[in-house]
Amino acid sequence: MILTKAQYDEIAQCLVSVPPTRQSLRKLKQRFPSQSQATLLSIFSQEYQKHIKRTHAKHHTSEAIESYYQRYLNGVGRNGAAPVLLELANEVDYAPSLMARIILERFLQEHEETPPSKSVINSMLRDPSQIPDGVLANQVYQCIVNDCCYGPLVDCIKHAIGHEHEVLLRDMLLEKNLSFLDEDQLRAKGYDKTPDFILQVPVVMLCPLAVEGHIIHWIESKASFGDECSHHAYLHDQFWSYWNRFGPGLVIYWYGFIQELDCNRERGILLKACFPTDIVTLCHSVA
Amino acid sequence: MAAVLESLLREEVSVAAAVRWIARSAQSSEDDPGEAAALSSLRPLRKEFVPFLLNFLREQSSRVLPQGPPTPAKAPGSSAALPGRPGGPPRGGRGARSQLFPPTELSSAAAAEAPSARRGGRRRGPGPGRERGGRGPGGLEEGVGGESQPWTGGRRSRGAGSPGSPSLVRSDPPNLSNLEEFPPVGSVPPGPAGTKPSRRINPTPVSEERSLSKPKTCFTSPPINCVPSSQPSVLDTSPWGHGLPPGCRSLQEEREMLRKERSKQLQQSPSTTCPTSELGPPLPSWSGNLTAESADPARVSSRQRLELIALVYSSCIAENLVPNLFLELFFVLQLLTARRMVATKDGDLEPSPGAPDSLESPLFQSVHDCVFFAVQVLERQFQVLSYLDKGTLKLLAENERLLCFSPALQGRLRAAYEGSVAKVSLAMPPSAQAVSFQPETDNRANFSSDRAFHTFKKQRDVFFEVLREWEDRHEEPGWDFEKGLGSRIRAMMGQLSAACSHSHFVRLFQKQLLQMCQSPGGTGGTVLGEAPDVLSMLGADKLGRLRRLQERLVAPQSSGGPCPPPTFPGCQGFFRDFILSASSFQFNQHLMDSLSLKIRELNSLALPQPEPSDEDGESDVDWQGERRQFAMVLLSLRLLAKFLGFVAFLPYRGPEPPPTRELQDSILALRSQVPPALDVRALLQQGLRARRAVLTVPWLVEFLSLADHIVPLLDYYRSIFSVLLHLHRSLVLSKESEGEMCFLNKLLLLAVLGWLFQIPTVPEDLFFLEEGQLDALEVDTVASELGLDGMPVVDQHLLYTCCPYIGELRKLLASWVSGSSARSGGFVRKITPTTTTGLGAQPPRTSQGLQAQLAQAFFHNQPPSLRRTVEFVAERIGSNCVKHIKATLVADLVRQAESLLQEQLVTQGQDGGDPAQLLEILCSQLCPHGAQALTQGREFCQKKSPGAVRALLPEETPAAVLSSAENIAVGLATEKACTWLSANITALIRREVKAAVSRTLRAQGPEAAARGERRGCSRACEHHAPLPSHLISEIKDVLSLAVGPRDPEEGVSLDHLEQLLGQLGQTLQCRQFLCPPAEQHLAKCSVDLASLLVADHIPVLGPPSPRGLERGQARRLLHVLLSLWKDDFQVPVPLQLLLSPRNVGLLADTRPREWDLLLFLLRELVEKGLMGRTEIEACLGSLRDAQWPKDFSEELATLFRLFLAEPHMPEPQLRACELVQTNRGTVLAQS
Repeated sequence: MILTKAQYDEIAQCLVSVPPTRQSLRKLKQRFPSQSQATLLSIFSQEYQKHIKRTHAKHHTSEAIESYYQRYLNGVGRNGAAPVLLELANEVDYAPSLMARIILERFLQEHEETPPSKSVINSMLRDPSQIPDGVLANQVYQCIVNDCCYGPLVDCIKHAIGHEHEVLLRDMLLEKNLSFLDEDQLRAKGYDKTPDFILQVPVVMLCPLAVEGHIIHWIESKASFGDECSHHAYLHDQFWSYWNRFGPGLVIYWYGFIQELDCNRERGILLKACFPTDIVTLCHSVA
Repeated sequence: MAAVLESLLREEVSVAAAVRWIARSAQSSEDDPGEAAALSSLRPLRKEFVPFLLNFLREQSSRVLPQGPPTPAKAPGSSAALPGRPGGPPRGGRGARSQLFPPTELSSAAAAEAPSARRGGRRRGPGPGRERGGRGPGGLEEGVGGESQPWTGGRRSRGAGSPGSPSLVRSDPPNLSNLEEFPPVGSVPPGPAGTKPSRRINPTPVSEERSLSKPKTCFTSPPINCVPSSQPSVLDTSPWGHGLPPGCRSLQEEREMLRKERSKQLQQSPSTTCPTSELGPPLPSWSGNLTAESADPARVSSRQRLELIALVYSSCIAENLVPNLFLELFFVLQLLTARRMVATKDGDLEPSPGAPDSLESPLFQSVHDCVFFAVQVLERQFQVLSYLDKGTLKLLAENERLLCFSPALQGRLRAAYEGSVAKVSLAMPPSAQAVSFQPETDNRANFSSDRAFHTFKKQRDVFFEVLREWEDRHEEPGWDFEKGLGSRIRAMMGQLSAACSHSHFVRLFQKQLLQMCQSPGGTGGTVLGEAPDVLSMLGADKLGRLRRLQERLVAPQSSGGPCPPPTFPGCQGFFRDFILSASSFQFNQHLMDSLSLKIRELNSLALPQPEPSDEDGESDVDWQGERRQFAMVLLSLRLLAKFLGFVAFLPYRGPEPPPTRELQDSILALRSQVPPALDVRALLQQGLRARRAVLTVPWLVEFLSLADHIVPLLDYYRSIFSVLLHLHRSLVLSKESEGEMCFLNKLLLLAVLGWLFQIPTVPEDLFFLEEGQLDALEVDTVASELGLDGMPVVDQHLLYTCCPYIGELRKLLASWVSGSSARSGGFVRKITPTTTTGLGAQPPRTSQGLQAQLAQAFFHNQPPSLRRTVEFVAERIGSNCVKHIKATLVADLVRQAESLLQEQLVTQGQDGGDPAQLLEILCSQLCPHGAQALTQGREFCQKKSPGAVRALLPEETPAAVLSSAENIAVGLATEKACTWLSANITALIRREVKAAVSRTLRAQGPEAAARGERRGCSRACEHHAPLPSHLISEIKDVLSLAVGPRDPEEGVSLDHLEQLLGQLGQTLQCRQFLCPPAEQHLAKCSVDLASLLVADHIPVLGPPSPRGLERGQARRLLHVLLSLWKDDFQVPVPLQLLLSPRNVGLLADTRPREWDLLLFLLRELVEKGLMGRTEIEACLGSLRDAQWPKDFSEELATLFRLFLAEPHMPEPQLRACELVQTNRGTVLAQS
């Protein structure tokens, strides 16, 4: 799903201050029925993450934490079964999972002698059963299952999606008889930067409107939507580094990207939203 | 000097004798005694003759060529306006008339007053032309074009400031005291075609790329010996700057002539500095009158005299007595294309009848004379002309004046043009890719620490980021390298702390430099004229290129005249600026080391051997390859040497030579003890001895071109210049005999040497004064009859690539044709040289023993491709052999090490002891086996090499040759492999075993258990199962619905739940897309789901409204989950969570509480062996510790007792439990 910047902006506009719940997602799908769900979810998630990054600091001042904790305590004091934490998060426009983390951390500070380590917190978020307070455990669990942008479950889903697309891509390469080295093999050889796949024999990808094709030495799979922010970060941390070592290559944003970002083709970084079909291999046969 | 010319003109001395006299210091037996006598009296002047002649010719042509040929870049208009024009075309000079030249009016006047002043004095008077231009922002140039330049020869500055090269002066503020620019009111403004006698017009490069040079300070020849020097020059006593020979000073003729010149000039101009013509006719307006006078052979005055001088001049050119062949050709072509004669006095226009053959009257009295003279010279230079590019030949052949004056020459040129074939092309690899990452040199093993490795990783990225930014932005106006990138570069260099990191970075830098700048396309400048460049640009769609194209079209003149100073065009500029901005001593040192090494390596590379010339077809194919290889090596060497010169002389480079003699002496004393960065003298001598001058000299010239002012004065470099001068003199083009250098090879050397002699830092009088020290050059070339020099390795393309300034000839001719840019594209530049010299023996170059000599001898009579093949095979097989040993012997040893280690771990417990100690034990056992490597390596080479050689050689190779080649290949490969193996096998085994040990020890760690053994998909699986991510997401939705909050109408259908569990089963069976973290989360989610089922917390959709599941439905779903847990999950399922306080607590919220599903689940878990009874008991026990409502605690205790009461759980009892399902009381009662 390749969107123009304008199309993208229209979607992003609708996402301002929308809480990351399944209800929001449902509404978004109704608003943009022509876009694929996965693309919408990816855009939503990225926009929300940008929003959180911008506002993160204000939720972490000691005053804010104290006030949230008091509100939580008051809330569960009134009714422990009510979705106190989730509603608090929505009210102050912060991610439920992250709010759960703040409260949990604060709670543990109060109840344990030593300040909780990060790994303990993470482990409790993954498995709220470990939280010593039953009410808080339920509240945290509720936040986590209701958050569609943050939290251990979401992280796992994202990781799984990335992995699945790498597997898909690998299958396609095998199917096309293109031999490659994957990340693990590259790492074993001591490469300092490792794209998902390096083609052992480069291929040329033909483009409908261009006379010349584009040489591809490496392919990186990205199971997300390529928006400006993430693309620039990827360019800096990954794609240019690959180019610096292996020459021109291909990035597949499986959930689409903003068309205008595909501006480094001549330089040697090509964007696609699917596996290219028009590939020419060294023996000049169309694969 | 004039006396010599006079005696020639009077035919007292023959031209041949005169040239012999000039060329050789000693008299020749061929000389006529009378001639000898006439000349011997003039002996002290011998050295002075050529500079005199050259200056004389320039002098004489001054009225014809005051402003050179019009070029489109040159704005018509009065010269007075031009110097101040701020936006003048950057390279707009007329690109020509170079530098030669006589003193200014002022200085000639001064000279007359102080004739004894040293010739070639360098102080310049306050004459006009103080303006200096062409100071680019580039590093090298900084300070070069400063305001006060006492060291610069007056000649040079005058050239820079002459109105003929307006671009030079564009950026300087107007000099109000300059009478030339601001003449007194009432005087006629001097037109550019005016009488201003300054003819030294330097094509002035004014661009950032031509940094390094002083603006137009290249010189051609010293001025005539009367440049005044009121202050003693520091060079006076230096070996390179002898004073004038005493005889010269008293020479009456010289004075006479000067006086005449001076009076003539004085008559022309009312003031010495404002040479406007009052007496002459009105100046032709340059802008208004571009048409050229037609030249008529019939109207040539004093033919005989012109013929004679042309002959002398040609002979000097032929004998390489002039410093720069192409500069002279350029001058001659200027004469050929002179537009019109500037009239001075009426009398001047008429040949003086009284003394027709003396120097009293002007040599060129009309355009007819100029053209006549030019054609005379060109006729004698036909051979050189015939090697010029096709475009130049075409323009020459089509020149109507040439046709008119010499139809014969025109015919030969036409024939040469038609006969020139484009055959050889340099297929250069495309540039500008990044240097690739090579694990062998770049991976962690090559770094001292993880930190160094990661630092270098980042540096590589920063380097290319900087490079890309430069590519994008360096053409933007106002962009500055240092401002834009300097701090980033220095920050990056600052991180290179370890020496090892420096060497890594330098390797990257040098590789990238070669990759980007080696091919002519990568230089970014016009190399071969516009046409090809424009075409290649049109093919590209990069904005920058289009911009460059636009610039090119706006200002077509590009190359900076026939003697441009050294520049860093295109991408080279990036690397230069990078070095400057980095300003890192360590980096520079490592870079010099690395460049020197690479230069040595390439310089000694075995290049094409003589090939029998009779196998035309095949050898031609081969020759193309040889030439291409030679060209690649040569261009790489030139590039590397240029950068080496740049870095090596960087600390010494200053804007000007030292101002005082004392200072210079002390600098010399200091510098003479500094060893050279690279022993170029030794390499030059080796090159000459091995007859590889054609390879060595061009890069040496590049190196020297970047030297500072002091360098040529140092003994070490002086001797090099001495050798080069001698070489230059010896490259007589007309000599074509056995064992001589090929014509184009010579032409290349003449061109680059000629160019070097014009470099500002090379003392201007060096060329003419250096003589008689030739003994210094004892080059014994007898040893090798035929090196590279005798082979046609240089083709025209390479010549023009190395010396783009030769293309100025074509530009000059083209501008004559149209007066504007009528350059038709499509010049075919490649002519296959017709010279193929005989091939001699190549003596063995190494003495590695008899076998090596025999092998050399064997190759001697074979085609070079055979040798290359054998060397190639040996190199590859040798390398593969090492890899083979690694994959077989070493891998076996590693396996042994692993099993030994396992044993060790079993006997010594999990811990196994200290890893370092373990490693030592293993290595001591295994390393001795490394000895087998040599035997196995030998076998490998023995087995593999012959087949490879056979496959690569032509089938008709005789059997004996083939088997010898095979044996040599086996030998070489074995030698290579065994040398490496014997030195490194132990270390290799050690390294691999070490890696294996740490791998094994890591595998013992806690994560190992989790990995376990995993089943894959069944064979028939088509991987159509739902994706794990999708399932997690779906289950998460169900969980969030169940946990709430939810809208009243929200819920899940039973079908959906069943479908979801079915899909979960499929996904777990198809492992294609499943990764362990995803499976772990699925397991945990399934447990959560079960708990929600048990607690009846899942809102099921259905009429009339969401409600709980029926017991039977719930139990069915739990059954499905139980079987998934038992059969399909491969990761541990956290079943104990079913009994966590939180999940059990879910039951507390339901009323009435229903415990039967939980009990059912627990029994099933035990039944299926998913959990042990004791485990469950422990969980239930800990549940009691939690805080519950009182009634809940009681019920929980009952459940506990109930579960414990049924030790073995047969099926019927399950039913019994079911019977009492809804009645808590009953269940409890049963207990």
